[in-house]
Amino acid sequence: MHIIVLVKQVPDTSEVKINRETNTLIRDGVPSIINPYDMYAIEEALRLREKHGGKVTALTMGPPQAAEALKEAVALGVDDVVLLSDRSFAGADTWATSYALSQGIRKLGAFDLIIAGKQAIDGDTAQVGPETADMLGIPFVAYIKKIEQIEGKKMVAERLMDEGHDVVETSLPALITVVKEINQPRVPSLKGKMKAKSLKVTTWSAKDINADENKCGLKGSPTKVVRIFPPTPRGQREILTGNMENQIMTVVRKLKEQSLI
Amino acid sequence: MDYLLTEEQIMIRDLARQIAVEKVVPVRAELDELNKFPSDIMKALAQADLFGLYIPEEYGGLGKKSLELCIAVEELSKACVGVSTSYAANALGTYPILLYGTDAHKKTYLPDIATGKRLVAFGLTEANAGSDAGGVQTTAKLEGNEYVLNGTKQWITNGGEAEIYTIIAITDRSKGARGASAFIVEKGTPGFTFGKKENKMGIRASSTTELIFSNCRIPRGNLIAKEGMGFIIAMKTLDSSRTGVGAQGVGVAQGAIDEAIKFAKQRVQFGQPITSFQAVQHMLADMQTMTEAARSLVYSVARFVDSGAKDVARASAMAKLFATDTAMKVTTDAVQVMGGSGYMKEYPVEKMMRDAKILQIYEGTNQIQRNVIALDMIKEVTRQK
Repeated sequence: MHIIVLVKQVPDTSEVKINRETNTLIRDGVPSIINPYDMYAIEEALRLREKHGGKVTALTMGPPQAAEALKEAVALGVDDVVLLSDRSFAGADTWATSYALSQGIRKLGAFDLIIAGKQAIDGDTAQVGPETADMLGIPFVAYIKKIEQIEGKKMVAERLMDEGHDVVETSLPALITVVKEINQPRVPSLKGKMKAKSLKVTTWSAKDINADENKCGLKGSPTKVVRIFPPTPRGQREILTGNMENQIMTVVRKLKEQSLI
Repeated sequence: MDYLLTEEQIMIRDLARQIAVEKVVPVRAELDELNKFPSDIMKALAQADLFGLYIPEEYGGLGKKSLELCIAVEELSKACVGVSTSYAANALGTYPILLYGTDAHKKTYLPDIATGKRLVAFGLTEANAGSDAGGVQTTAKLEGNEYVLNGTKQWITNGGEAEIYTIIAITDRSKGARGASAFIVEKGTPGFTFGKKENKMGIRASSTTELIFSNCRIPRGNLIAKEGMGFIIAMKTLDSSRTGVGAQGVGVAQGAIDEAIKFAKQRVQFGQPITSFQAVQHMLADMQTMTEAARSLVYSVARFVDSGAKDVARASAMAKLFATDTAMKVTTDAVQVMGGSGYMKEYPVEKMMRDAKILQIYEGTNQIQRNVIALDMIKEVTRQK
């Protein structure tokens, strides 16, 4: 099977310091790493290849130095890598990023599965996965913690939820995002590192992937960041168990106590 | 210190260090406590191609030599000597095949060893044959197209876990040391079983067992080189591997220093960190100086071995002797610097001290190393006359 992994190069946030005056991240001199959630995506793709055969392609959009992240993917065992890099991609929000990625995936040709990390640790939006799936017109399943089975054009997987997990069946090709519970990423291999060292990373421009420049980068980004604030914490939750009739009575009583009914 | 390592050697060091930090450090105390073989770590080392480090490229390895192996072993030993012993024992078990095996032996075994698919062990020691390797009593008798092995090997590293065993046995008792031969025995051969797993003071993550041969029949072709070559093969194997034991010493010493200085910077007594006291400073300085000297010797000897030098016995004995005596001294002092905390299992230095002890004992006690060094010195002077 052909598996595509979407990766993002991010600043190593464990090394990032905050400028207390402007409340922004000081990115200068901070090492870049593969987004840690994408490491789980790469590992899962490699395991699926070991089990089912085929090949793994890693795709990223970013400045020329993002090639380093792709080289790291090769050191881990990924077969092919492609970097989407073009001045017109600069300043992209999740929508414009997803557009470029989906165009890159179209150029890559046939595939069975796309895997990405559940979100990137720098932006934390978790939007690029679902948006890319939507643009490609394929099913999307988030927060996969275990792939149970792949048979023909069908996959059964466990999706992590706040309480327990769902078992989800999807047709293939599909795009999934994975959580850290899914596996333990490997360390690179020596042969992989040696291969990566001399590798010239394939780079595609906006023109190479037939991208409409008006939909790329800042121009193609509808998102406007108005304000940044931490989300308000969720209220206390209580899960009722036992006899259904008693559960309903409890709900009614609690709502009455708070004068909601 | 800069040892002028090549880009590839630095790559090997960084990779071994990554495995040590990410895969070994988090579990080393548990492996030690439970006497548990590190199967997952062996798998990670295999995935990283580290088992193929010293195997020629034509057999699926990376074609590197002693220095690269020493670099990897040092990094693993910083984290856990039990793990590095399990890893390095593969090289020990493989050298007889690498140095003296036929092309058929190499084709059959080296590719699986290089990928880490099959682990290897070396079987020389017996109840009555330790420092006196001439005391081997296990026999191998040729019957038709098979050798029949009888006897018991003792304290064999990777016993039970390895799939491939290189064994020294007597084929002709009347010839004394010249009557020993080396064989390859595969796990699962009828008549080949394992004794109990030893309960050791240190390197508890590694597996140490007896190998029991009871009318164990192996193909005649499993003889390495010729009958009578057993002791030469064993000695050349130990000459090749000894530097690696030195690297274990350097690693565990450095690991202990790193822990001790980290602790000492934070430990406050008399209103100041104990690193502000000269008594502690001087201990740390001596520990690091000794360790750096040991590292310089180990790397130099490894480079000497890799240059294709014919007789490396004295040099490799010196590397093993100095680096492992250093390891014992430095790990003991690391416990001392950390005081009561160092003695507790909450910190890793007490384990490092227990682990370091074996390095002065196995693959030739440090007393035997001194014999090797002195005899070679005397031989040289005699030759000059």
